Amino acid sequence: MSQTESANPLMRRLSGGQAKQKLLAFASLIALMVVFTVLKPDAFMTQDNIIGILQSTTVIGVLAIASTFIIITSGIDLSVGVLMTFCAVMAGVFLVNLGLPLPVGVVGAIVVGALCGVVSGLAITRLKVPPFIATLGMMMLLKGASLIITGTRPIYFSDVTGFDQISLGSVIGHVFPSMPIPNGVLILFMVAVLSAIVLNKTALGRYTFALGSNEEAVRLSGVNVNRWKVIIYAFGGGICGIAGLLIASRLNSAQPALGQGYELDAIAAVVIGGTSLSGGTGTILGTIIGAFIMSVLINGLRIMSVAQEWQMVLTGLIIILAVYTDNLRRGKS
Amino acid sequence: MQRSSVQPLVSVHNLSKSFPGVKALDQVRFDLMPGEVHALMGENGAGKSTLMKILAGVYRKDSGEILLDGQPVDITSPAHARALAIGIIHQELHLMPHLNAAQNIYLGREPKKVFGLMLDEARINQDTRTLFQRMNLVLDPQTRVSELTVARQQMVEIAKALSFQSRVLIMDEPTAALNNVEIEDLFRIIRQLRAEGVGIVYISHKMDEIQRIADRITVMRDGCYVDTVPADTAMDRVIAMMVGRSLEQTAGHTPDTAANEVLLEARGLCRGRAIRDVSFQVKRGEILGFAGLMGAGRTEVARAVYGADPLDGGEVRKRGQVLRLRSPQDAVRAGIGYLSEDRKQFGLALGMDVASNITLPSLARFLRLGAFLKGPAIQSISARMVETLRIKTPSLSQIARLLSGGNQQKVVIAKWLVRDCEVLIFDEPTRGIDVGAKSEIYKLLNDLAAQGRAIIVISSELPEILLLSHRILVMCEGRITGEVPGRGATQEQLMALATRREIESVATVH
Repeated sequence: MSQTESANPLMRRLSGGQAKQKLLAFASLIALMVVFTVLKPDAFMTQDNIIGILQSTTVIGVLAIASTFIIITSGIDLSVGVLMTFCAVMAGVFLVNLGLPLPVGVVGAIVVGALCGVVSGLAITRLKVPPFIATLGMMMLLKGASLIITGTRPIYFSDVTGFDQISLGSVIGHVFPSMPIPNGVLILFMVAVLSAIVLNKTALGRYTFALGSNEEAVRLSGVNVNRWKVIIYAFGGGICGIAGLLIASRLNSAQPALGQGYELDAIAAVVIGGTSLSGGTGTILGTIIGAFIMSVLINGLRIMSVAQEWQMVLTGLIIILAVYTDNLRRGKS
Repeated sequence: MQRSSVQPLVSVHNLSKSFPGVKALDQVRFDLMPGEVHALMGENGAGKSTLMKILAGVYRKDSGEILLDGQPVDITSPAHARALAIGIIHQELHLMPHLNAAQNIYLGREPKKVFGLMLDEARINQDTRTLFQRMNLVLDPQTRVSELTVARQQMVEIAKALSFQSRVLIMDEPTAALNNVEIEDLFRIIRQLRAEGVGIVYISHKMDEIQRIADRITVMRDGCYVDTVPADTAMDRVIAMMVGRSLEQTAGHTPDTAANEVLLEARGLCRGRAIRDVSFQVKRGEILGFAGLMGAGRTEVARAVYGADPLDGGEVRKRGQVLRLRSPQDAVRAGIGYLSEDRKQFGLALGMDVASNITLPSLARFLRLGAFLKGPAIQSISARMVETLRIKTPSLSQIARLLSGGNQQKVVIAKWLVRDCEVLIFDEPTRGIDVGAKSEIYKLLNDLAAQGRAIIVISSELPEILLLSHRILVMCEGRITGEVPGRGATQEQLMALATRREIESVATVH
């Protein structure tokens, strides 16, 4: 068993040694794509559509990566969607209102995300507010803050040169004109690879798993549990900042009313990817596959002209089915 | 058919049960007459609880026969056991603290009224009152369980078992958390039930109790039936049957540590009623035992010394230096390691692999640039630990949950060895560990002491503490009630100190 794992080090790095488990999720993704290709051969497997799917997965994918860390600690972060918007708004404040240079605005948005994560983390560890409530509070608070800061009006980045290129430009397309993959997709994959390295190769990742597996045992091992929790929430918040930049760049504006509901899509992607809400297990690769399953499904149904309300019904069923099959696979039932 | 008066209520023949890697019961037999209190004795891991859990439908038997009133039965679930009139009172009570006594007793089968829409509280209160009267128990059925003492909660559990018209009642260490007066109360109820013809299986380690309350004793050892004897059989003989073998080697000689440096010293530790003015010293190379009954405050002292729980007063010194213990982090930094009595809850991250668990307390040492794990270093130190402690695991990436109890305990020990702690506190180090692995753990503790560490061992098993310790402190109700040397002390001596309740003064027995 260990030999097959080491035979494919990249796979192992991305999946933390659970490559076999992820195979099923990956197979479902492929199956889904085959079905849509067969049903709508001329519409689904086109370059435009594939790029559309990739592009539409970027934001949810990045948010789902942030959620993966939190969920592995057996916590939950309901504020990721609204935090994304708050970071987008702050990017607007930095770049448009204050006229700071682009790199400063980018870093600033990520730092704001991390600081909000610190606040959630402190509420959870110092005030002993359960993660669900602490991040629910942060969600409402940040939503209000975004509306207050913007006066409920969007901030447009039209005058910030190059801002829309963050998400919509294509470095790859520049080099290989036949593959105009947008930068947003590239960023998603870079965040995924870096997060997988953090999760599997650093102390932060090790403590993320350990906290979710048995927090009391970690505390009794002499680890500063509170500090690490704050760090993990901050890390997740920073990733939400990246998502904020991606969405602001794609819309070329910070829309203060946007964001609520994204956290549930992110959690769905994480769960479809095989991460357990009870903590202790999870992979970034699984989460990415989960995010793609969601967007392929929505895209395919739309191409097949399924009404939006039925898309929702089917998506809901798929989420329940995915977790059920995952339970079967782990022999829980 | 035999006359009903001599037919056993329950009769078990050749019962066997295996768990992965362990034969828990091997061809066991047992019988219980109506109106009998039948004590079941044996060391931890002898198979008593497994046998009773099979009768209570918690586990299924692998092979063998169970007869109830002479009829073979296959007990498939706890509900089935209840339907067969077999009730069990587990060592850990299973009551809902926020519900009242009556609600707890009728939980899940509440009588309804008004077309089944409303609960008939009046009726469950009345029925509960009748049950309590039968037990001669003065208790308002509407008292919230959280307001009851442990003893009273146990009475509620007994009432619950009786409410199922149980004719067989299994009690697993019912007096473990009771004081003398409460024990008398329990015995009164047991005698009354016996007079009514209920058959009672009584699991306990306490010889004096068993001689007072039981009619017969069945002894088990290592999953096998040893013998059934009348309850007035001499204690020594029963113990000999339980132990069945000379208790392992090791003991040997007690090293002279008198001149050694004092590594850890506690002075006047206090916390509420749990820890009352506890002081002690441990020297380099010494194994200090803490004996006492469940709830005597030993674990509380250990956790306080480890910084896991706060203290009201007193100080802890490591090599003369007063420690500021705000969290386990402080204790670990001072070189104190604690191995909890409950490995699964407090000792291991069960979902993580062996190597991750072994390096968890010392991860900071295995980082490059302060963040990145040094994979090869983690693997090699873990491999060395697996080898030195002879941890049986297919690989370092094996999930801790899948190891046996003894090997899990060794992983926890390995954690603290890698952290290089000078003072190690072992709370019930061999709980739930099979006999073979036990003697390995004993040897390990001796080796650790011989290497110059100070070892504190908490154990409720008297033979174990006598075997291991160089010096023994006995606790009762949060106080240290006496000190005895490890060599030459007897179980009776320890028992006497462990039950020395308030009023009586602290004494040293030699």
